[in-house]
Amino acid sequence: MATIEVTSSARPASKPSFIKAVWAVVQKDLAAELRSRELLSAMLVFSLLVILIFNFALELDIKTRQSVTAGVLWATFAFAGTLGLNRSMAIEKDRGCLDGLLLAPVDRSAIYFGKVFSNLAFMMIVEVIVLPVYSVLYNTNLFLPGLLMVILLGSVGYTAVGTLLSAMSVQTRTRDMLLPILLFPVVLPVLIAAVKASNGYLTGTDMSEIMPWLNLLIVYDVVFIALAFMTFEFVVEE
Amino acid sequence: MQKKPAALITLDILAVVLLGIATYLALVYAPTEAVMGQVQRVFYFHVANAWVALLGFVAAGVAGVVYLVTKDRRWDIIEVAAVEISLVFFLIAIILGSIWARPIWNTWWTWDPRLTTAAVTELIYIAYFMLREGIEDPERRARFGAVYTLIGSASAPITFFAIRLFRTIHPVVIGSGDPGAEGTFAMTSKMLVAFLFALFAFSVIFIDLFWNRIRMGWLNDKVEQLKLKVAR
Repeated sequence: MATIEVTSSARPASKPSFIKAVWAVVQKDLAAELRSRELLSAMLVFSLLVILIFNFALELDIKTRQSVTAGVLWATFAFAGTLGLNRSMAIEKDRGCLDGLLLAPVDRSAIYFGKVFSNLAFMMIVEVIVLPVYSVLYNTNLFLPGLLMVILLGSVGYTAVGTLLSAMSVQTRTRDMLLPILLFPVVLPVLIAAVKASNGYLTGTDMSEIMPWLNLLIVYDVVFIALAFMTFEFVVEE
Repeated sequence: MQKKPAALITLDILAVVLLGIATYLALVYAPTEAVMGQVQRVFYFHVANAWVALLGFVAAGVAGVVYLVTKDRRWDIIEVAAVEISLVFFLIAIILGSIWARPIWNTWWTWDPRLTTAAVTELIYIAYFMLREGIEDPERRARFGAVYTLIGSASAPITFFAIRLFRTIHPVVIGSGDPGAEGTFAMTSKMLVAFLFALFAFSVIFIDLFWNRIRMGWLNDKVEQLKLKVAR
C-alpha cells in the first residue's frame, strides 16, 4: 500500500524537512493502528462503558441531562484519553520502536509533534463516534459548531500535555498506573474550561460568557505546546 | 562522616526559639479578634505557612529549570528539598485554614479558587514524588522531576485563574459571607507584630529545614556512591 512506501521514504540519508518528519511519524502510527485496531477499539468500548456507568451513577433523566452532559462527555474523553495515550507510548517502548525513532536523523520535536497529532487523531475519532451515540441515546443534539470547536481545543491541550507525560510515565516502573496521576492535576484547567464552555454552548448561553473560557483554552494550549516542545528532548534523552 | 556545620546548628536552635516566640505572640500577645474570637489566632501561622510554602514551590520550579540547563546534580537535590518541605508546610496551611473555616464559613471546605488551587498543587507534588519513586536511574529521575515541576508550576496559576473565572461568572452562594481571604478584620498594631513575626519565624524555620534537607540529600548521594563502590 501507499502508506508503507511513504513511511520508508522518510528515512533517506539526507535530512528530511520538519513537516515531512512529523507526517512520517503520524502515518506510521495511523498505519499501525489501521492494522491492529487495538487502541481505537479499546478506547471506544471504554468510552461507551463510562457513559453507561454515568447513566446509572447520575440517573441521566431529562432534567439532570441538561446540566451534566458536558461533564459526562469530558470525563469520558479524559478517561478514554489516558487509555489511548498509554497504549500509544507503550507500543513505542515495548518493541524498542522509540529507540529507532530517536535514531532517525530528525529533530526530536518532530517526533513529539508526530505523536501529538496521531494521539489527537485517535482522540478525535473516538469523540466523533461517541458524540452521535450520546446524541441518540439521550436525545440531545451535540452537533453544534461551537461545541465541536471546544472539543477540538480541549483535545489539543489534553494531548499536548498527555503525550509529554506519557513519554515520561512509560519509562517508569509503575508505567500505565502513573499517567492519570501525573496528567489529571496539571490538565485540570483544560477540563474546567472545556466543561464550562461546552455547557455554555449546550444551554445556549450568551457568547460573552463563553468567550473567557475559549480564551483560557487557547492560552493553555499555546503555553503547554510551547513547554512540551521545549522539554520533550529531556524526556526521551538517553 | 561530615560534621554538621556550626552555622547550621545555630540556625536549628534559632528556629526553635523563634517558633516559641511566634507561638507566644500569636496565642498570648496578640489581642483576641472581636468578631471571630480565639479561632482568628490561626491566621498568623496559616498565612506564614502558606506564604513560605509558595515561595518553596517557586524555588523548586527555578531549581528545575537550572537543573535542565546545567545538568548539575546539586540543583536536583535543592529541588527535591524545596518540594518536600513546601508540601508539608502547605498541608499544614490547608489544615489550619480548615480549622478556621469551620466556625467562620460554617464548613471545613469550599471550592474557592485559593482552596482548590492549594489542593491541586498538593496533588501535583504528590504525583511528583510518585514519579520519582518509579525511576531507578538517578540521572533520569532528576530530569523527569525537573520537567514535571516545570509543567506543574505552569499549570497551578492557570488553575487558579480558571477557578476564579468560574466564580466571577457564577455568583458565589456558599461562602458569600466570607470575610475575604485577607482583611475584613482590621489588624491592630499588636496583631501586625504577631503576624509579621510569624512570617519571619517561619521563613527562618523554612531556611533551616531546607538547609538540613539539602545536606541530607548530599549525604544520601554520598552513601549511594559508596554503596556502588563496595558492590564493585
